[in-house]
Amino acid sequence: MNKNIILYAALLIFGLAAPFIFPAFKVQLSILCVLIVLALTWNIQGGEMGYNTFGNILFYGLGMYLCASVQVGMFFPLAEWTESGGEKTFVHTPTQFFQGMAMGLVVAAVIPTIVAGLIGYSILGLRGHYFAICTLGLGVAAGEISGGIEIIGAGQGFTTPPFPDVGSLEARGEFFYFLSFMAVVLTFITVKSIYSTRFKLILNAIRDNEDKAEAMGIQTMKYKIIGWMISAFFCGLAGGIMGGLVGYIDSTDVAFDGREMGVFMVLMAILGGKGTLWGPVIGATVFHIFKEGFWTFFLGWQYVALGVLIVVIVIYFPEGIMGWLREKYPERFGEVVDEADRKAQVELK
Amino acid sequence: MDFLIFQVPMLTLQATLDGILLGILFALIAYGMALQWGVMNIINIAQGDLVILGGYIAYFMYLWGIHPAWGVIVSPFIMYFVGVGIYKLVINKVVDRDLFISILATFGISILFMQLMNFAFGADVVLANSGYGTTMLFDNSVTLPNSKIFSAFISIVFAIGLVVYMKKSKLGRAIRATAQNARAAKILGVDTEKVYAATFGINAALCGVAGALISITFTIHPYMGLPYTIRSFMIVIVAGLGNLPGVAMSGMGLGVFEEFADYILGTEFRIGSVFLLLVLILVYRRFKLSRKREYLK
Repeated sequence: MNKNIILYAALLIFGLAAPFIFPAFKVQLSILCVLIVLALTWNIQGGEMGYNTFGNILFYGLGMYLCASVQVGMFFPLAEWTESGGEKTFVHTPTQFFQGMAMGLVVAAVIPTIVAGLIGYSILGLRGHYFAICTLGLGVAAGEISGGIEIIGAGQGFTTPPFPDVGSLEARGEFFYFLSFMAVVLTFITVKSIYSTRFKLILNAIRDNEDKAEAMGIQTMKYKIIGWMISAFFCGLAGGIMGGLVGYIDSTDVAFDGREMGVFMVLMAILGGKGTLWGPVIGATVFHIFKEGFWTFFLGWQYVALGVLIVVIVIYFPEGIMGWLREKYPERFGEVVDEADRKAQVELK
Repeated sequence: MDFLIFQVPMLTLQATLDGILLGILFALIAYGMALQWGVMNIINIAQGDLVILGGYIAYFMYLWGIHPAWGVIVSPFIMYFVGVGIYKLVINKVVDRDLFISILATFGISILFMQLMNFAFGADVVLANSGYGTTMLFDNSVTLPNSKIFSAFISIVFAIGLVVYMKKSKLGRAIRATAQNARAAKILGVDTEKVYAATFGINAALCGVAGALISITFTIHPYMGLPYTIRSFMIVIVAGLGNLPGVAMSGMGLGVFEEFADYILGTEFRIGSVFLLLVLILVYRRFKLSRKREYLK
């Protein structure tokens, strides 16, 4: 326990100091934070609950659009803003920008949560691959439909308010970094605390055998919806931050980007090891470093590399990094190992 | 209803006919998906990308000066080997694993194909011009491109051919036996590994035929694959596995739905409405089954 506190304190200090240690990578670090949030929340469904969703991108994109719309709509007419394509006819003062951002993030987190609660009863009644395909359809449908709505920019996209001039060039990067870092800390604390309660056991029971869980008197639907709402809350938050960070929202390439972000979150959680607390964090970090480090070598071929990566990870490495570690060092994970049994197994091999 | 389409009967007829001809093509793709879903229990997200790849084969024949209708013969041959290759490389490793693994693996293949086609063939929307002309009906108020009639006819020929092949041939019997019970088939001397490879190849070949027809009648683009996957998935779940007349009927129904959605909502919502329909159908089925405390399996 004592060791854990030191570890968390060290990580927190590192997280707070990171933008000053690596000033050139502030944007990348912010994106990493958003990716960790997405992987952690996907893990609630895919890892703990056994509901492999492609649809969490829905909440992410929804949060992105909502945050930007609120931020603009609070002070200026939204339709004219999107029509001007981000021309400098309307300029946010710093106060307006930060007020709008704060309000926007609240809305971006709350509305997707409500949406998840509303559609949860219908969608979460599906199981297995029907759920996977249905959520895939949901994500793509949201992208296609939002690409046809005029007021949020339709096909030409939506420019989010530019960061106001507050005197320092570094301010933008630092602001978004600390915002996303806060989101990670908040998500991690929430996820960690729910993983130590009965709630997690119920989710695992649903994953292992839903019918039996129901027969035991657990109202599985209630817990499934609550789990999805928690995911939606943080996905929406992450989307809102990402919208401000990227500065430009397109319906299918940025917001409801099932081909990129929607797959990334699944891949990161699987790479790290699904159904573990640290797996998604490790997976997201490894994936992001790999992506940014090696993408430049595959310039133009990123998606080809991504496709190959998905196939390879899914086929040869489905247990992920944490699963592999667990197999190698079971003692560290609190599993009781019988030495004689282990030796016998090694000899058998 | 003040929609123009319902006030002008000719327009309604036009949309219905277009939809039926389109739907027959969808049904052909869905037939392939039902086949490999039933036999291997795999949902192939890359189905649509195989269709598009088949379309590009016909398109390139058109560019080289061969009539693209010959693509209907050439494309399935090439696609059969593409399908067997995919099976040997990827699918045989996921065939009896968790269904989500296969969905994700084929999703990876889909992204890979999409991007490779984008590099190889460019990101332009293309079509192979068959030069078949159009048929005018009812005083020129309803126009039907002959290529659409041709493609519907070819689809029906291939579908019937495959049904007969599955009933009569040795491989067809082996495939049906494996679908019923893979273990029992193995005991009785069926090489299931070969059967799986052949099934995936036949599915890819059907996609190739459909793709060649789509490149003649409509347009193809590297990123247009996923809607075809979703359409065929939808058709299969509406009809049920192994229900061929049902596949044909729901394919045509989907085609008609799309044409009407196109007229009423506008072309920009066409793909969105397809995906939304999928969600609605699944949710409807879920509520219907949950009354009996069952769920979709």
